[in-house]
Amino acid sequence: MDWYPLYNSLRIALISTVIIFFAGIAAAYYVARLPRVLKGVLDVLFTLPLVLPPTVVGYLLLRVLGPKRAVGAWALTHFNLKLTMVWWSAIFATTVVIFPLMYRTARGAFESFDETLADAGRTLGRSNTWIFWRVRMPCCKQGILAGTVLAFARALGEYGATSMVAGYTPGRTATISTTVYQLWRTNDDALAFKWVVVNLAISAVVLLAVNLLEKRERGVRKAWH
Amino acid sequence: MALIVDIEKTLGDFHLKVNFTAEREVMALLGVSGCGKSMTLGCIAGIVRPDKGHIELNGRVLFDSEKKIDLPPQKRKVGYLFQQYALFPHMTVEQNIRAGAHARPKAEREQAVREVLHAFRLEGLENNRPSQLSGGQQQRCAMARILVGQPELVLLDEPFSALDAYLKWQVELELSDILKNLSCGTLFVTHNRDEVYRLCDTVCVLNRGKSDPKETVKELFRAPATMGAALISGCKNVSAAEVKQGETLFCKDWNVTLKTALHVPENIAYVGVRAHYFTTEGTENAIPCTVERVVENPFSTVVMLQTTGAGRLRWELDKAVWETLSGTEKLTLYVRPEDVMPLTE
Repeated sequence: MDWYPLYNSLRIALISTVIIFFAGIAAAYYVARLPRVLKGVLDVLFTLPLVLPPTVVGYLLLRVLGPKRAVGAWALTHFNLKLTMVWWSAIFATTVVIFPLMYRTARGAFESFDETLADAGRTLGRSNTWIFWRVRMPCCKQGILAGTVLAFARALGEYGATSMVAGYTPGRTATISTTVYQLWRTNDDALAFKWVVVNLAISAVVLLAVNLLEKRERGVRKAWH
Repeated sequence: MALIVDIEKTLGDFHLKVNFTAEREVMALLGVSGCGKSMTLGCIAGIVRPDKGHIELNGRVLFDSEKKIDLPPQKRKVGYLFQQYALFPHMTVEQNIRAGAHARPKAEREQAVREVLHAFRLEGLENNRPSQLSGGQQQRCAMARILVGQPELVLLDEPFSALDAYLKWQVELELSDILKNLSCGTLFVTHNRDEVYRLCDTVCVLNRGKSDPKETVKELFRAPATMGAALISGCKNVSAAEVKQGETLFCKDWNVTLKTALHVPENIAYVGVRAHYFTTEGTENAIPCTVERVVENPFSTVVMLQTTGAGRLRWELDKAVWETLSGTEKLTLYVRPEDVMPLTE
């Protein structure tokens, strides 16, 4: 059995999750401080990929990143870089699809944060950066971790947008999900089933982690109040 | 030290207009909830931005709307004790105090943290989380965290509201000792007149967002200037009134004329008499009334009396004294002229 799809899926999911961890938290933090109208508009925009069919996300990405489109052509002429149909094309697709998950959980965690703690930090002379990393993040830790794990799980299972942007090339762009589809299409039922089991195992472990984190968070909250 | 505050802020249909100066003293901001006390503290600390005005501390301008000065809270050197103390829940007692010691030079920090841990009797609790502390310990930890940074002014926002009644007294005694030893001025926000009387030197009454002139605590209880101040200082009997001549005032609600020994301001609108200050014998200021209702407290008796006017009077007296009078329906109460308080709007 060729393990390349597992390796490829894991690295795409990991890299996307790292990117989205920072992007989602930053978006959640700054959107909460915007005036109401702008907040509403950005909130819709940032949540949109959650409700759009992944194929629509893939289509939109191809319109931007394709070799004859604005960004794609620019990268090709200036860096001789192809943005589609290579393994890391899937990172674009996955990042867009999992962004709302991180953004929304981080926002929820920030909204339940007691702002007087930040005020206390400020009157004690501490910088906003210190307050963010030493007070706000630790207090929202469990929620943000749960969001991260959830985003990772979704990244691992991404199929629609990925298959459109990265395609399926065995040993190059193949991920678990595209492999399963390809094997089923070519009547290799036994191998397809093996990959399904692998996928089920990973997903179960990740969801278990989410549940444990949420339980711990509830426990910690209780102890504080 | 001197604190000068002269600010205005509008929030919806609430208008805050506060004006006072304070020296190195414990000054109370006294008012019912929702009168703008906490908002005033927020403006001084820099957490809330006033619409316009001027705030100055020891010659440093903290806020000035005309000169466009608005120092961030970090640079104001104003300590803020929050109602629920706002200790960082994920940090230990020692880490919390360290968070406040940042303003000190590095070489002093370790020593300073040790000192406040000792001074606030937190030794042995260094590694506890705030959730493992009692209410009193939490307050001591929050005060230690503030004072280790050597602020020039300390703001206390209803410091006993988070405590159970049985804990309150002990914590109040402790805080009283802390305040006595404080080298900086203190603003104490509360709705409780007894706390003001026991803990503060001066008081500024806030009434629906507007501040009365500052006065000494003794003065507030002896002769409050406004009706709002009289009510918040615990005066139970207030009647609309007008000057009849000189020091003689006609009290409309009670349908009597009372003489006062206190200064009568030009714009007098009300008269106040405290519930404890009536007697059954006297020569001046007789008030005829009828007993309407008697309410027993554990250690005193409250008698509600109907005057010949539309208003009622509330008289609070010793249980034993009331027993000698019980059964009487018609009573004539007297009040000394120095206990008749002329009040403005």
